[in-house]
Amino acid sequence: MVLEIFNVRKLIVPALVLGLALIFGLNLNDWNSNQSFFNNMVRIDNFSVAFSGLAIFVTLLIFILATDYYTDDQNHISDYMAILTFILVGALMMFNYANLTMLFLGIETLSIALYVMAGSKRFDIRSNEAGFKYFLMGSFASGFLLFGIALIYGASGSFDLSKIADYTIQHQQNISPLFYTGMFLVVFAMLFKVSAAPFHFWAPDVYHGSPALVTAYMSTLVKIAAFAAFYKLMSTTFFYAFEKVAPVLAISAIITLAVGNLMALAQTNFKRLLAYSGISHAGYLMLIILTAKNQTAGALFYYSLAYALSTLAAFAVAIPVFKAAKSEDISAFNGLAKKNPIHAAALSMAMIGLAGIPPFAGFLGKYYIFTEALQSDYFYTTLIAIFASMIGVYYYFKVIIAMYGQPANEAKMEQSFNYNLVLGVCIVLSILFGILPGPILNIF
Amino acid sequence: MLSLTLLSIPLIAAILLLFSRGNLSRNLALVFTLVQLVFTVYAYTVFKNEGSAAFEFLANWSVKPVLNIHFAMDGMSLVMLMLTNLLLPLIVLSGYNREMERPHVFYSLMLFMQFALNGVFISFDGFIYYIFWELALIPIYFIAFNWGGENRAKVTLKFFIYTLAGSLLMLFAFLFLYNGSPAHSLDWSSLTNNPACSCNQTWLFWLFFIAFAIKIPIIPFHTWQPDTYATAPTQGTMLLSGIMLKMGTYSLLRWLIPVVPAGVAEWQYVAITLSVIGIVYASVIAIMQKDLKRLLAYSSIAHVGLISAGIFTLNLSGFQGSMVQMFAHGLNVVGLFYCADIILNRTKHHEIEGLGGIRLIAPKFATWFMIVILGSVALPLTNGFVGEFMLLFSVYQYNTWLAVFAGLTIILGAVYMLRMYQKMVLGTAIKENMVFPDLYWNEKIVLVTIGILIFVMGIFPRPIMELTEPVLKNLIK
Repeated sequence: MVLEIFNVRKLIVPALVLGLALIFGLNLNDWNSNQSFFNNMVRIDNFSVAFSGLAIFVTLLIFILATDYYTDDQNHISDYMAILTFILVGALMMFNYANLTMLFLGIETLSIALYVMAGSKRFDIRSNEAGFKYFLMGSFASGFLLFGIALIYGASGSFDLSKIADYTIQHQQNISPLFYTGMFLVVFAMLFKVSAAPFHFWAPDVYHGSPALVTAYMSTLVKIAAFAAFYKLMSTTFFYAFEKVAPVLAISAIITLAVGNLMALAQTNFKRLLAYSGISHAGYLMLIILTAKNQTAGALFYYSLAYALSTLAAFAVAIPVFKAAKSEDISAFNGLAKKNPIHAAALSMAMIGLAGIPPFAGFLGKYYIFTEALQSDYFYTTLIAIFASMIGVYYYFKVIIAMYGQPANEAKMEQSFNYNLVLGVCIVLSILFGILPGPILNIF
Repeated sequence: MLSLTLLSIPLIAAILLLFSRGNLSRNLALVFTLVQLVFTVYAYTVFKNEGSAAFEFLANWSVKPVLNIHFAMDGMSLVMLMLTNLLLPLIVLSGYNREMERPHVFYSLMLFMQFALNGVFISFDGFIYYIFWELALIPIYFIAFNWGGENRAKVTLKFFIYTLAGSLLMLFAFLFLYNGSPAHSLDWSSLTNNPACSCNQTWLFWLFFIAFAIKIPIIPFHTWQPDTYATAPTQGTMLLSGIMLKMGTYSLLRWLIPVVPAGVAEWQYVAITLSVIGIVYASVIAIMQKDLKRLLAYSSIAHVGLISAGIFTLNLSGFQGSMVQMFAHGLNVVGLFYCADIILNRTKHHEIEGLGGIRLIAPKFATWFMIVILGSVALPLTNGFVGEFMLLFSVYQYNTWLAVFAGLTIILGAVYMLRMYQKMVLGTAIKENMVFPDLYWNEKIVLVTIGILIFVMGIFPRPIMELTEPVLKNLIK
């Protein structure tokens, strides 16, 4: 992960891609190994290996996109790629942590790199705004997190996940109020990081303002990392104190679903639309956090995978279209079906996948989540989630209607092998995992 | 294996067609649909009618969540398969002699639709059934949207969201069942053996009923239908009205009644009343219609209203009548929409008023159009009569007054259909110099096939009754 030392600019991206492929293989090698490192700061188990694999894969696809995305900005490419790699490092720490300090380190490594990337279009006022806004709000959340960790330490005397869990088991009757306060602070900080309502306000502006590639990265890798970390926290550490926090999480899930879907209806900017769609997907994933007690990591993994594939496919079409049309509105897609029928079909598939309609992986993911939520007796929450997915169809189909129903604009989209490669991989995998879900669904 | 074959032929064809162009794709689609028809007929000949499901295919899909694949066919599935796979070649054939953009995509979508429809009719596991049910929606949306007429974006989106909303309610019902059954099995036989687990049957009934009522459509869930029928290209309308709508009525028999028996018994009267209201309401509106396609759309609501009313009477003649009438209505409505398309194609005139005298210029067309209309208004000796008679009889057994209102369908149906025929086809030509070439070869084949079947089924409806009788008798127990 010190690949930034490369000086030859043109080689940076291929080298990084190769390196990532190598790490991907090495990572898989750790399957079923269950080791811990650095005084149990880092623990590698199947959960972390699976999510690391997913994160590295997503980063790989993003880097392939990056080769063409940064053609006009070769001067800074080494900086960009280094910072993007740091985001991955932070994410990996968030999958592997066994200690709350490690969680904090991971979140900070990821976030600080992300603040920079959000503001990386220096002469664009929107990008500056995004970076600054994200930084301010993110720092607040980090403060919450740190304070919460401190309070938990005060109550339980340890940063270690399993020792904290032991504390809650041994003191079931008299858990200190300090612990609960700390737990709530940590949960709020995590809700911010996963952009769940009512802590979601940063997401649309930041997604909108950041460069499209960074938005793609944010809406896939960063979201997955935050959710995996959140899940690990809920399922291993706050297990016995879960009842206290469950109502808060349930309410947050409901608000997230409502806000995400309802706000998305009125959006005309594609990136904002995906931001709100990301919030609504956070709502579905919140259902998994709610059921974390029952060890639902399989559902989380499958849904993250499905969501990441569809979103990346959408961006692989959207980025070149935006470049050609010099606009990031949904109207940039007008008449795409006439100019590039294959791309239009692929984007339709991505949208249908995001809307959760079979045969795409998104549907099975939703189905799995709903069964788990019902099994844990979250009846009304599930009902609301189902209504939410009804609303979802409307705004995803706005894009499809723009492509097929509107007259074409003149902007000509440039074809590029890299974009098409990512697009193809994402769509094929999304269908494949939708039809043959077995190995992924039962991965844990 | 036969079930899988029936599924794979259209799927493979749909993929192949994407790589063909122009006329070739049309011919290929015809060939593949004919092959599919041959296989269906073969299935019919080897099918042993003992009330149990044949040609079973069982496989596990995923361990957690428990997902199974279960395909099979019983008499009911077979009737629906016959209808689907008989209509598809006719629908493809009706597209000859018509100009169209990107025919390869169009026919590919159509065959994909056939794949999904076949899947719906042979699925015996709730989950896989749901997947096919949803899959059927995607191709027809794109067919209606891409090749549709005026205002298509709005109309088709409404159609899509409306029907998807229904499907999601059904998904919720299945999730309920999944959660309630101890083995987490959605298999049809396990669901029917211990109906509805310990779940609240009122909830389940309404979740399922609304999903199917939207698809059928039963009043008041019908508002998507006339617009969509009028906007979609004719072949799409044929698919929608001829086959896709039968998904709803078929599912009432296959899923709702056996799986939620107590809920059905409790809410039976509401469902029948809604259906009968739909019959009268749609018939009256059909009389007022000025647009030919919209008239046919409303007449379709009236006819399926009677089918669903018959199903909800829960007696054998209602069940059997509904099967016969589903088949008959599928044929008739496709014939009707095709005739409407022929008129539209020749005259570019979609209103009922302002036309006339077609009979003088195109006598063959006028004859076959008449035959299809006779089938549709349920004249004795045509296929419409058998079904409607049985259905009305079953409603009569349930409640005399309801039967009186339901019986209006025959009278009112004759009013709007014959009046329409009289205004458009008979009389003298209002438009001067109307060019109306008589039937082309493909149109002749389609209409003659439908016309002959109308009489054959009207005189000899026994095969369908025999096929479905054992299954339906099980249902009553």
